[in-house]
Amino acid sequence: MTSLAPGKALRVAFGETIAELARTDPRLVVLDGDTGSSTRTDFFENEHPERFFQMGITEQNMLGMAAGMATLGLIPIVSTFACFIVSRAHDSIRVLIAQPKLNVKLMGGYAGLLAGMTGKTHLIFDDISIMRAMANMTVIAPADEIETRKALPAIIDHPGPVYLRLTRPNSPILFDDDYEFEIGKAVTLREGSDITVFSTGLQSVRAYEAAQTLATEGIDVHLVHVPTIKPLDVDAIVSAAAKTDLVMTSEEHTIVGGLGGAIAETLAEHHPVTVKRHGLQDVFGESGPDAALLEKYGISPSKTAEAVRETVRSHKA
Amino acid sequence: MKTAEPTIAEIADIARRARIQILKAVAHAKGGHVGGPYSAIDMLATLYFRVLNVRPDEPDWPDRDRFVLSKGHSSIALYTILAMRGFFDMEELATFDSIDSRLQGHPDMTITPGVDMSSGSLGLGFAGALGIALGARTLGKDFTTYVMLGDGECNEGIVWEGAHVANRYHLDNIVAIIDQNNLQQFGWRGDTETERLTPYVGDELAGRWKAFGWHVLEVDGHDIQAFLDTVEKARAVSGSPVAIVAHTIKGKGVSYMEDNYTWHSRVPTEEEFAIAMQELGDTKAGER
Repeated sequence: MTSLAPGKALRVAFGETIAELARTDPRLVVLDGDTGSSTRTDFFENEHPERFFQMGITEQNMLGMAAGMATLGLIPIVSTFACFIVSRAHDSIRVLIAQPKLNVKLMGGYAGLLAGMTGKTHLIFDDISIMRAMANMTVIAPADEIETRKALPAIIDHPGPVYLRLTRPNSPILFDDDYEFEIGKAVTLREGSDITVFSTGLQSVRAYEAAQTLATEGIDVHLVHVPTIKPLDVDAIVSAAAKTDLVMTSEEHTIVGGLGGAIAETLAEHHPVTVKRHGLQDVFGESGPDAALLEKYGISPSKTAEAVRETVRSHKA
Repeated sequence: MKTAEPTIAEIADIARRARIQILKAVAHAKGGHVGGPYSAIDMLATLYFRVLNVRPDEPDWPDRDRFVLSKGHSSIALYTILAMRGFFDMEELATFDSIDSRLQGHPDMTITPGVDMSSGSLGLGFAGALGIALGARTLGKDFTTYVMLGDGECNEGIVWEGAHVANRYHLDNIVAIIDQNNLQQFGWRGDTETERLTPYVGDELAGRWKAFGWHVLEVDGHDIQAFLDTVEKARAVSGSPVAIVAHTIKGKGVSYMEDNYTWHSRVPTEEEFAIAMQELGDTKAGER
């Protein structure tokens, strides 16, 4: 098995890319909830201070103000920790951004289980479920820095609100420089015949590593990365599921209503097969080193491989 | 483009006729709010007929002044004034609160001509208005944004988040109008069985806006000339955001509704309707 090259954190790619895009797009403005040194909007502030707005720790207000700015044709990118965007400012998003379908881009950094020793108050891993349930909202979770860079121009060009889900740690490089991101398109990372695994976000890197390991054991995984959880690439999901008639979903997110929920709903309607949902169970998180958290909560590469083995085994039984 | 400027007496008559239309719409819809619309209507009439630079035949004109009714439950007051100002036909008021109507229970910017920001979940319209004002400054636009909040609405934390940020940015292209009618829907129980305590006591509310760095002006929200003068003063302030604390009477204009919290949201009986029409001088009194 060849290991993937190390890459930057998605938030770094995000910060660098929006600063770069703003050089040629005067509509872009950034609203920060006092987390710019973490979510890396500081790159934007340094380069475009006149279009950077420090909103302080006022998330409900910040999302509302972004909506007001969007009515004038600006494209606000609102950035703070995912938990504070999704749950603390939910009403502002629903009423002022999603209902009028305003052109506001929501960047939830620090989504998922790993948020740098902050503990459960700062962790959110039901954000995909919440945001995908909201009408008019597009939900995107890239896997690596390349995909983050490629996704941002598409997100800016997409009319209407988009929730960009970014995780905190550095991510290995999964994609080549010539990778083409398209909103609503799933990507096959590996062809296989025993089981189809759908994954999203940084978990796709772990699922990829798990699939490499499993190949040496004779388990041939068909791996599909789903960066756009909404709108879902229904055709790609149905045809991938049909290849194996056994499906597992894997995400750094609760198994309730996220990618697993979306895929299970879709396949139940279009191509009923067994779907095993792998991810965080019905729990809240805790503080701790990243690797230990991934192990404890069962989504490390080795635990992901174990989940695939178990799914294949129980299906054959 | 403003119309030929109506006189103070003419604006008072516009507000009187608006009160009639509001009650008719609420009676017809068998739902909606009356008390808050009546405390706000003199100010809304003044804004739309003497202050706001808007084009009813071009509601999305980019350089228009903006108005956001953050106390969105008073939507029927805004709809009525928009109709009277020519944004849509008066007949449409009869569709208020009904399915497929452009005039929903709370303002929806996507469907109603002249509505600059959706509102209704309290405090949110205020944040949206602040964003419009900050965005206007960023784009070098010199229109003014007006936003009206209720005093009960100022319970919401988001209002004070926004008040803080507006002060940090010295936003002087926004005028917040606080409709202080001293009653909220149900409120806090007082010493007696029927007493309901005011959302804010004495000058507490004005004091809060001052404490957040806002330039505060106070006025009788039913005195049209005084309100007009106060708005002019507000527009002249530079370097800080301005809040006009407007002292008003909930249900103003109909004797049995005034200062009665139960008229926050209530549908009149046939008898109540007839009395109101008579008091408001409707020449076709009693016609619902």
